[in-house]
Amino acid sequence: MLGKKRAITLGAGLIVIAFALTGCTGAGGGGAASGDVTLTLATVNNPQMKDMEQLKGTFEEDNPGINVNFVQMEEGDLRAAVTADVASGAGQYDIVTVGAYEVPQWGAQGWLTDLTSALADDPTYDVDDTLPAVRTALTVDGKQYAVPFYGESSILMYNKEMTDAAGITISDHPTWQEVAMAAKALNTPDVAGICLRGKPGWGDLFAPLTTVVQTFGGAWYDEDWNAQVNSPEFVEGVNFYVDLLAAAGEPDPVSNSFTECLNQLQSGKVAMWYDASVAASILEDPETSAVAGKMAYTHAPVYKTEESGWLWSWNLAVPKTTKNAEAATTFVKWATSKEYQQLVGTTLGWTRVPPGARTSTYSIPEYEEAAAAFAPITLDVMNAVNPEQPGLNPQPWVGIQYVTIPEFQDVGNQVAQLVADAIAGRTTVEEALDKGQVIAQTAGDKQK
Amino acid sequence: MRTLKGTLITTMTWVLVLMFFFPIAWMVFTSFKTEGAAASIPPTLFTALSFDQYQLVFDRGMGTYLLNSLTASISSTAIVLLLAISAAYGLSIRPIKRVQDVLFFFISTRFLPAAASILPVFFILKALGALDNITAIGLLYAAMNLPIAVWMMRSFFNEVPREIVEAAQIDGANLRTELIRVVLPILLPGIAAVALICFIFAWNEYFLATLLTTSIARTTPPFLASFVDGRGQFLAVLSAASTIAVLPVIIAGWVAQKQLVRGLAMGAVK
Amino acid sequence: MTTLTTAPPPAPAQPSAKRSHAAALSLRKKARASRALVLPALFFSIVLTQIPFLVTIYFSFLNWNQLRPAEIAFAGFQNYAVVFTGPDFFPSLMATVVITGSSVVLSLVFGLFFAVLLDRKFMGQGLARTLMITPFLVMPAAAALIWKWSMLDVNVGMVNVGLNFIGLPSIAWNTDFPALTIIMMLTWQYTPFMMLILLAGLQSQSREVLEAASVDGAGPFRTFQWMTLPHLRQYIEIATLLGSIMLLQAFDPIAIMTKGTGGTKTLSYLLYERAFIGLDVGQAAAFGVVTVIVTIAVATIALRTLFKVFMNGSER
Repeated sequence: MLGKKRAITLGAGLIVIAFALTGCTGAGGGGAASGDVTLTLATVNNPQMKDMEQLKGTFEEDNPGINVNFVQMEEGDLRAAVTADVASGAGQYDIVTVGAYEVPQWGAQGWLTDLTSALADDPTYDVDDTLPAVRTALTVDGKQYAVPFYGESSILMYNKEMTDAAGITISDHPTWQEVAMAAKALNTPDVAGICLRGKPGWGDLFAPLTTVVQTFGGAWYDEDWNAQVNSPEFVEGVNFYVDLLAAAGEPDPVSNSFTECLNQLQSGKVAMWYDASVAASILEDPETSAVAGKMAYTHAPVYKTEESGWLWSWNLAVPKTTKNAEAATTFVKWATSKEYQQLVGTTLGWTRVPPGARTSTYSIPEYEEAAAAFAPITLDVMNAVNPEQPGLNPQPWVGIQYVTIPEFQDVGNQVAQLVADAIAGRTTVEEALDKGQVIAQTAGDKQK
Repeated sequence: MRTLKGTLITTMTWVLVLMFFFPIAWMVFTSFKTEGAAASIPPTLFTALSFDQYQLVFDRGMGTYLLNSLTASISSTAIVLLLAISAAYGLSIRPIKRVQDVLFFFISTRFLPAAASILPVFFILKALGALDNITAIGLLYAAMNLPIAVWMMRSFFNEVPREIVEAAQIDGANLRTELIRVVLPILLPGIAAVALICFIFAWNEYFLATLLTTSIARTTPPFLASFVDGRGQFLAVLSAASTIAVLPVIIAGWVAQKQLVRGLAMGAVK
Repeated sequence: MTTLTTAPPPAPAQPSAKRSHAAALSLRKKARASRALVLPALFFSIVLTQIPFLVTIYFSFLNWNQLRPAEIAFAGFQNYAVVFTGPDFFPSLMATVVITGSSVVLSLVFGLFFAVLLDRKFMGQGLARTLMITPFLVMPAAAALIWKWSMLDVNVGMVNVGLNFIGLPSIAWNTDFPALTIIMMLTWQYTPFMMLILLAGLQSQSREVLEAASVDGAGPFRTFQWMTLPHLRQYIEIATLLGSIMLLQAFDPIAIMTKGTGGTKTLSYLLYERAFIGLDVGQAAAFGVVTVIVTIAVATIALRTLFKVFMNGSER
């Protein structure tokens, strides 16, 4: 018996020591003075967010006692981590970066702090300055649950040097047919005609593709939540997209989303690009972009609708579970304030000001000058799109390139994987969408 | 004729080895370039070396992540060693057949896809208030590595000559002193091998780290992806961050090559 | 449960009548001590791997979408019906078999090839070996990122630059060959691992026997086939076993490179997708339970029939 007891004591003792050791080193991280608050901010690794991290020192100086810790993730990882955290009430984050797709759903669940009065009570913040369409998407039953950090629509961007050289002009409101012809004319062995996202993901491939489908007259669901994924219009739109990629698209499209296309455009590997308007501010940054000043921008190409741009915003929200709601709100207001925009403009350059969140951004003289190439069209498009009915027919949800139901990201992802197979030629669009219809209908049935 | 053939084979060997090593060499090389040079086509082979990217990486706070990785790897390895040595010793002195079942049990836990129980782990850690906690990560890594460690350790114990163990028993040494004074010294190289392998797996782990840590306890692998930048070029800085991230394990692996071979091959050696 | 065996009742040490009382005592004492020594590890393993799995089983009977927390309810076998009648599980099982299987086989073949090459004495042997083991040491997340951006990128990737250099067109790896891309990357990472094990096997081979064989007039290939391969058998088995265990869990390259398209949605990735994109806890758990059962079943059969090593290891 002695041996057994001893062995157990030995083992247990060692485990305890190991725990203690790891505990010590683990706790060593937070050495802040008492009374200090450290806010953990989860965010997507987009350039504007990196700028925010770079400038957080100014906030920490102005608000002694509050430190902000940035956690940057890829979009997919961010969604997974933040959703799991917020939905389970784990409360690891004090501030989360949430897309326009999630805000209304999470707000309705009561997972996010209602910021309405905190914003309205501060006259210097001027909440009414927020772009109306963006704010609508973040408000549920009159309560605003998040603040836009930047907003975007989708536009067509093209390298004017290349189109001029080829003798091609593109109108300010082009049709998809026009764009396809131009893309084919511009396509050479070294330079692809157009870059379109092909990376399987509802926020990747299906952001531009859904807008194409809508302007072709298709939609994910009809008014009674019947899936429309293999309807003739949906199929026509996807076929158009896939054919355009095959005829004049960039090589290896399934690898590509926003970042990859941006890279290729900057290095002169593609002539045109249909994607988020926020890209323009990056393309026009003379310090980092080789094509600054050479680009031109138009409205999103259309077919059967008047406008076809999407509407998206990355927003800052304060989860209900945080213990530092007050400090978190202070930071959220700072990062989305007019002063922050001035700070970005004066320290990092005016093209870097987060676009598409405040109307007043577009009347800052320095910004108007620096962003002359893309600011007017961004504001124009963002005010022109209609998230309540982006397609030809009425829809039972608010949102353009997404469907505001919990199942959509799963549905969108799976259908995107199927369409990616069609892009690669492993299956036909019709086959892919027939399978997609089944997946979409299962989710639609839950809404009925 | 014979030497010609030998030279040919040697040359071929080297070509193939260098091909395998190329991605790593290229990564290190790219990390010393400027972003512009890193992205140019055709690739620049002769370029001024710069340490700017490394400066940038540490400015972004990589130190904290490396420290977390180190803590999780060392603590989990320590736990694994303690448990595995004890268990393997227990299994090696036991004269009955159930040993096999126990070994089976251990190795079967390693077949469990981590993804299958990630949600329960998440909810349990949440209930314990242990999310984003480096101790919790260390314990999970220990559980992840324990099966292979037990198994390898057992093979090492099987290598200890029976006579030595029995001699110790005749001397009247009880099991514990036998373990510590007689068997452990013989086992040291084996222990080093197991430690190294556990350290490598813990250091490189991505899945659990991505989902169970946020900021305080975040480790290096999930941090790497944040260098993929939506603004312009990032190949050089990504390469620099990757180089730093892989360096500790590569150096450890190179230095302890012999142990690595022994550790991995042990299961087959009797 | 995930144990491979149903536990028989504890077998008491049975001293034969002829043995002395003292020997029996010592035997029993040994058994007790052994149990005591194994227990902490067993306990630790059970707490950290089996309890979460029990919770997974419980979750699998719930109707629980993370975004509909108000609707959590008992769902019976509904989630399992989705697993077996839905379009996800069987293709994913297939993808897992294809990707894991080919990566194991390829890295084993390459590993053997390199082991034979590096077993020779030649200039820089030690350095070559050192360089060769490195891919196995590289963090998979870093490797996947470097492969995606620096090697396989269609414009600036060195693999494509190399292809262009010898006059071939660039290959759109992710689009046209997603499964091959993943297999290639995994093979690159695991060839050194296989090589290390097989090299140890080669080096444990007795030189005299080989020399005798060559004196007897057996050519190098015949010697390899008849002497070396049989000798290596147990090393090959162990390499296959360990390699499969690790490759089965491969997640990082799929998450970073192909996102599960084109036959790369392995069970690991499927489980992740169900849990963190589908957000359906119940369904994800059901997929998890079925995956575990299938994996364990396959593993048991493989372990018990193919891998004598495992048995031999415990016969002593």
